[in-house]
Amino acid sequence: MDQHLLSIILFTPLAGLAVLLFIPGSSKNVIRIWANVVAFAGFLVSLPLATRFDKGASGFQFVERAEWIPSLGVQYLIGVDGISMLLIMLTTVFGFIAALSSWNAVEERVKEYYAMFMLLQTGMIGVFLALDFFLFYVFWELVLVPMYFIIGVWGGPRKLYAAIKFFLYTLAGSVLMLLGILALYFQYHAQFGAYTFEIANLMKVVLEPGMERWVFWAFFVGFAIKVPMFPFHTWLPDAHVEAPTAGSVILAAVLLKMGTYGFLRFSLPLLPRASNDVEIVRILAILSIVGIIYGALVCLMQKDWKKLIAYSSVSHLGFCTLGIFALNPNGIAGSVLQQINHGISTGMLFLVIGVMYERRHTREISEYGGIAHVMPKYAIVFAIAMLSSAGLPLLNGFVGEFTILQGAFEANRVWAAFAVSGVILGAAYLLWLYQRVMLGQVTNGKNLRLPDLSAREMAVFLPLIAWALWIGVYPKPYFDILEKPVQQLVERVKPGYYQGQAALKAGVR
Amino acid sequence: MSQFYTTTDHFVLAPALMLALFGCAILLFDFLLFPNPKDRKWLTMFLLAGEAFCGYGLWRQHSFLISNGIGEITAFQGSLTMDGFALFFNWIFLIATVVVAIVSYNYLEIEGEHHGEYYALILFAQCGMFFLAAGTDLVTLFIGLELMALCFYVMVGFLRGERRSNEAAMKYLLLGAFSSGFLAYGFSIMYGVSGSTKLSDVAAAFAARDPWDPMILLAVATTSVGLLFKISAAPFHMWAPDAYEGAPTTVTAYLSVASKAASFAFLLRIFMGPLSTSRPVWEPLLAAVAIATMTFGNLAAISQNNIKRLLAYSSISHAGYMLLGLIAGNRTGLNGVAVYVMVYTFMNLGAFLVVVAMRRKGIAGEDVDDLAGLMHKSPGYAMLMLVFLLSLAGIPPTAGFLGKYYIFLSLIETGHYTLAVIGTLYVAVAIYYYFRIVKSMFIPEQFEPAPLSTSLGLRLALGVTGALTLVIGIYPEPFLRMAQTSLMR
Repeated sequence: MDQHLLSIILFTPLAGLAVLLFIPGSSKNVIRIWANVVAFAGFLVSLPLATRFDKGASGFQFVERAEWIPSLGVQYLIGVDGISMLLIMLTTVFGFIAALSSWNAVEERVKEYYAMFMLLQTGMIGVFLALDFFLFYVFWELVLVPMYFIIGVWGGPRKLYAAIKFFLYTLAGSVLMLLGILALYFQYHAQFGAYTFEIANLMKVVLEPGMERWVFWAFFVGFAIKVPMFPFHTWLPDAHVEAPTAGSVILAAVLLKMGTYGFLRFSLPLLPRASNDVEIVRILAILSIVGIIYGALVCLMQKDWKKLIAYSSVSHLGFCTLGIFALNPNGIAGSVLQQINHGISTGMLFLVIGVMYERRHTREISEYGGIAHVMPKYAIVFAIAMLSSAGLPLLNGFVGEFTILQGAFEANRVWAAFAVSGVILGAAYLLWLYQRVMLGQVTNGKNLRLPDLSAREMAVFLPLIAWALWIGVYPKPYFDILEKPVQQLVERVKPGYYQGQAALKAGVR
Repeated sequence: MSQFYTTTDHFVLAPALMLALFGCAILLFDFLLFPNPKDRKWLTMFLLAGEAFCGYGLWRQHSFLISNGIGEITAFQGSLTMDGFALFFNWIFLIATVVVAIVSYNYLEIEGEHHGEYYALILFAQCGMFFLAAGTDLVTLFIGLELMALCFYVMVGFLRGERRSNEAAMKYLLLGAFSSGFLAYGFSIMYGVSGSTKLSDVAAAFAARDPWDPMILLAVATTSVGLLFKISAAPFHMWAPDAYEGAPTTVTAYLSVASKAASFAFLLRIFMGPLSTSRPVWEPLLAAVAIATMTFGNLAAISQNNIKRLLAYSSISHAGYMLLGLIAGNRTGLNGVAVYVMVYTFMNLGAFLVVVAMRRKGIAGEDVDDLAGLMHKSPGYAMLMLVFLLSLAGIPPTAGFLGKYYIFLSLIETGHYTLAVIGTLYVAVAIYYYFRIVKSMFIPEQFEPAPLSTSLGLRLALGVTGALTLVIGIYPEPFLRMAQTSLMR
């Protein structure tokens, strides 16, 4: 089973989709049950990946290779390292949670809804698995279509605008990225006389510096729009606000990570000199810091609860990109962990909003107040989600942000100083939000009789809370998993970094 | 057989001969055997039989080339050349013609203009295309072009009672004749320079001269005008939206794929043949034309409400992309044009077939709004349309992506970075107007209660085009090989 484990993980949602097509659209509950079964199965088959993953091994594991389009040099080549393994686990967990949380939220066209989710799930897993650039691109684009429909069909009042904006933005970025991919592919052919999209081979290409910078910017546009980095973030608030709850959850928890993952898997290893170029790193760090602070400041202004969380993603993802371009082990490992953390905590926050939206059908913060009196369980869940996002010690967010700041400090103290202000602002907007919504007296009569969390809703939150606590209290296994791939990345971008560090330590002694 | 008509000549000509024979036979039989309108379904059968013979002829040529390991068979003292290139395009014409023929019966019945001549015209048009792909002589090519174009002038105006159709045919005829004049003028200069009508002789004569020689410049300019008109490239694209909108939808489908494919075969024969040494002259010219074509096509498509018009503008922009492959001009680029023509044929035919299905008694079904609620009413058609539109936009894993892939790669290989960036950004523009159709299909309101007009032929045709659009996208290897061998010389 091990040799096809990844294919099984990849195609489980697709197989579920094939069966789903034969279920009549009118039997909604059968469809819901089936979708949840498939999503849970998707999670179960991914479990062996975590248990059998060898932390000590360098390079990729569970690799599968088959010819796909030989005349273009395209292979079906998939495999995982520590980084992608964690992101796949995040994807499968959230696949299940998104399915479970949609039970009551979606009443219309249930079949199409779950079909889109299963397609989306395959696309996302494929993005994290692919070790062939062509294959990656196919999955990368495959994700766009179901997400367009999830936002555009089951979304809020301005759904069509938000959906096409999402589609156009990301597509414009990814076609430019395609040009970068093709340039690299062509250069490989020019230098080695063969066509291949395999990443390990493409890493051998030596580009002349000007060319490498152009390719870097081409990749950058594709990934930065997806992350989204300032100033490419404007599609995100629209998409988040209009998307249905599960759509927002997947968007925040998994989809945005495709961008940061792209930087880690492609930009850094394939274009090490451009990634280490002083000018480029400075620009990216500045954009990240602007994103952190700007996102946080905009959060303070929001009247719409969901929009606030959407902008908080801009701020939190700024930390992730800052960590990546600190280009040292702490920064990168912290960034990956923070990607997981952001998935958990922001995913939870969107679920929290969804729970309330199903009851009240409004997201105006001013409509609420004193909810903690009416819904005590809900108050606790919300508090945990909020604190985890704000980076309270003993919860997951703290570990990630702290490590990133460590890395940033090592790279440039000024960056760290600015980035810290983002942590403070983050605590401010989240605590203020909590205060306005949950604390005080119930001011709005409509809020008096709200039912507390149901068993199904608790089932959605509990695994996420447990995960948040685990990372917060004992993050060591995560850092162990990340150690090897991060080491390889840093060695690739900054050759001799570890020797330099060792010499430094010896000198201090 | 005599020295003027050898066995080889017959072997090469056989597919076209079959088409012409069956076309004439249809005209006769329609008149003599099937005076009863109900018997017209036999004409479709008859046409299919003709296509089967034509296909058999092509297949024998194909096997002959492979089994003897040769690149080409020439006939009629070098006026016709059957090579991988000609075969590849002829297969495309054949598939397109069959697809159009089997959906026409039902459609023409609804339009109330069902006449046997229609089937004959389709066959004659395909016969003209045969000569466009296989011709290697200026006169042969010109006759092929006129044969095809004349059939289309008639077919575009086939809805005699409808003024839109009449107007479209008139416009197409006048502008088409005008451009043919330019082309004939260009050809006459080629003849004047070389003293021969054979492409190879003309190429040799052109190669011996300086590319900036005024005669050559004049030949390039006039020939380009004629050819660019035929592929509806800007600034000679004005006829296309009107002709596409006014023509019966099945004819529009045929015109947009088969005629365009044939014109591209013709264009490649000329530009990669006699004019290949004039590349420094026409490359910047064509680059400007390609940019203008993509710009006009994409920007004008945004504001269209009529789907046929929208698809007309989109097909203009596709011509721009195909031109980019010729501009790159290397192996990848030419390969890209072949692949692009192939995938474009299937996806564009498919999209028009859905529009054909929307035409019902009393309902034009041509506006974007007419598709509203299609996902609710007939999800199968809506999903197929989605696949075709995604493919037209070039989103993987559909076939359209591969066409764009080759084109972009060839531009990168030859260092045309600016063109590549412009081309990719227009992909994002294109998705906007294609998704206007998608948006409409997925709107829950139902405006049209009448069921779609389907027939066995239509379902079959949609199945084939839809399956090919997906299969080429997901497992392209055999198709890419086919396109590659088409360029082996």
